[in-house]
Amino acid sequence: MFTKPIHTKILYLVLLVAALLLPFYVPDRYLFQIVIMSILFAIATASMNLIIGYTGQASLAHGAFFGIGAYGVAIMTKAGLSFWLALPLSAVITAFAGLLIGALSLRTRGHYFAIVTLCFGVILWIVAGNWIELTGGHNGIFGIARPSPITIPFVGQIEFNSQTAQFYLALAFLLLTLFALNRIVYSILGLTFMAVRNNEPLADAVGINTFATKLLSFVVSNFIAGMAGGIYASIIGAVGPSAASHMVTFNFLIYLILGGIATLPGAVIGAFAIPIIMEFMQFLGDYRMLIFGLLLVVVIIYFPQGFVGGLRLLNQKIAAWRQSRSTEAGHVKR
Amino acid sequence: MELFLQQVFNGIMFGSTYAIVALGLTLVMGILNIPNFAHGHLYMLGGYITYFFMSNIGLGYWGALLLSVIVLGLIGAVMERIVYRPLSDGPHINAFIAAIGALLFLESLALVVWGPQGLRIANPHPQIYNVMGITVGLQRLIVIVGAAALIVLLHLFLKKTLMGTTIEAVAQNREGAMLNGINVNRVSAITFFISSATAAVAASFLSPIFMLSPAMGAILGMKAFIIVILGGMGSIPGAILGGYILGLIEALGGGYISAEYKDVFAFGALIVILSIKPTGIFGKREG
Repeated sequence: MFTKPIHTKILYLVLLVAALLLPFYVPDRYLFQIVIMSILFAIATASMNLIIGYTGQASLAHGAFFGIGAYGVAIMTKAGLSFWLALPLSAVITAFAGLLIGALSLRTRGHYFAIVTLCFGVILWIVAGNWIELTGGHNGIFGIARPSPITIPFVGQIEFNSQTAQFYLALAFLLLTLFALNRIVYSILGLTFMAVRNNEPLADAVGINTFATKLLSFVVSNFIAGMAGGIYASIIGAVGPSAASHMVTFNFLIYLILGGIATLPGAVIGAFAIPIIMEFMQFLGDYRMLIFGLLLVVVIIYFPQGFVGGLRLLNQKIAAWRQSRSTEAGHVKR
Repeated sequence: MELFLQQVFNGIMFGSTYAIVALGLTLVMGILNIPNFAHGHLYMLGGYITYFFMSNIGLGYWGALLLSVIVLGLIGAVMERIVYRPLSDGPHINAFIAAIGALLFLESLALVVWGPQGLRIANPHPQIYNVMGITVGLQRLIVIVGAAALIVLLHLFLKKTLMGTTIEAVAQNREGAMLNGINVNRVSAITFFISSATAAVAASFLSPIFMLSPAMGAILGMKAFIIVILGGMGSIPGAILGGYILGLIEALGGGYISAEYKDVFAFGALIVILSIKPTGIFGKREG
């Protein structure tokens, strides 16, 4: 029922191989760093897609959950815990925070929910900037240890001091996330999420516990976001309130929408393409965000389905054009 | 006691501006059902435009205020036309994104034109009075009285004029209003004009007291949303009451508990109210 056509599978395989070989052809360290960050943003954006794209709840606290994960790893590794223990712990803490916040905010709907989650995000951001004993205030926490080396039998020890190793670490988590999300989305649970998104009263009427469904989606989504944040903190080596701010949420949202909402590749495409495009717009200086803001408005008005939606439209157009051509040809023959 | 009265006075002054900013936002949200995320940024721009008319053109404070109100109203109407109207049939997350685009544009515009450093408008009414042991600046008094006057004027406009009742009709039932021959697009544009114009009034009132900065729109915009939700979405009395409540909570919380967490109180109050009554103080159950 949910199997993909064979050419899509081949395309994904080619993309995977290209991604695995990426460290060999990225020209400079700076661009490579952006690529690594993009992978982590892709994880967070893909997780945001679960609650917004598939469950239809405009959660605007995602940056804050990313931040909780980042601060969690920062604080725990500073206290001497290994990254490999701190990361899952931090993700669980993030999920727990999501449970609490979701239990309160999911009582509201539509715009209300969006604003309430945004407010939670702002609270956490202000707390991060002022709870100096725990978070280091506006300076943040720096000198966070890189993930400690791991030993894999027959392969040897892997150190995470090089960009290449960090890249593969991030990529592994991205693939894991996409695999998990793929399984969730194309399961009964995923159908339940989409039922709530498409018609909540109807879903309620056929016996779906809509509140629990939304809460589950929210918690899973935040668990993954927390994980992405945790890896981010360890790779960057520092975390500050700006990593947990509403601008982070807005960025993820922009990646998601421009890439293609409610599609698994869309979130990844957006999170990769936009930071790199922004990087190339750097020469515009202060005018960069001005132009970016305008672009955003134009895209959302004329291409609301994002890049993936645009591709689909193109595909349909081509198919329709082929069809009309073949019927035309048939007409001439007759 | 003096500290308490001083904080109450400051709270009412902040509350006055919050009330008119939230009133503008609630008009737009109630009628177009569009969360205008860029409302706080329109407010910020209003302050800068007043600054522009005073320092670059050399107008007096009240003249600059009046022109700023008109210019910002027009900017708001244009924004409705080119940003929000094409999106009125789409999912609401798209309007959010468009608003983020608009606010990025407005904030960078202020940054490019006026720079990142704070600017201050010379206080046109620097007189200070001492009433019952508390310090009362004349400009602050003008904010309170001016805001109250504006609220009364808007109320009269909405209740007593044909245009006002038309706006209310669209807010209550968009399709019904259309069937009765009301040009909904025109009403939307006019509502956006009024909404932005009131934001300009609030910004011009406060800018002689506080610094102007490109970043000041973001937090205020979010607070305006909090007030709108606190009061009950779409409720005008709710927005006004919510504005004053928020001003008082912040002033008293900031004075007695912690100044660093002043902004957290607003958000905290929202969460407390919503966990008790998810539709806000004057809100009705959604269908």
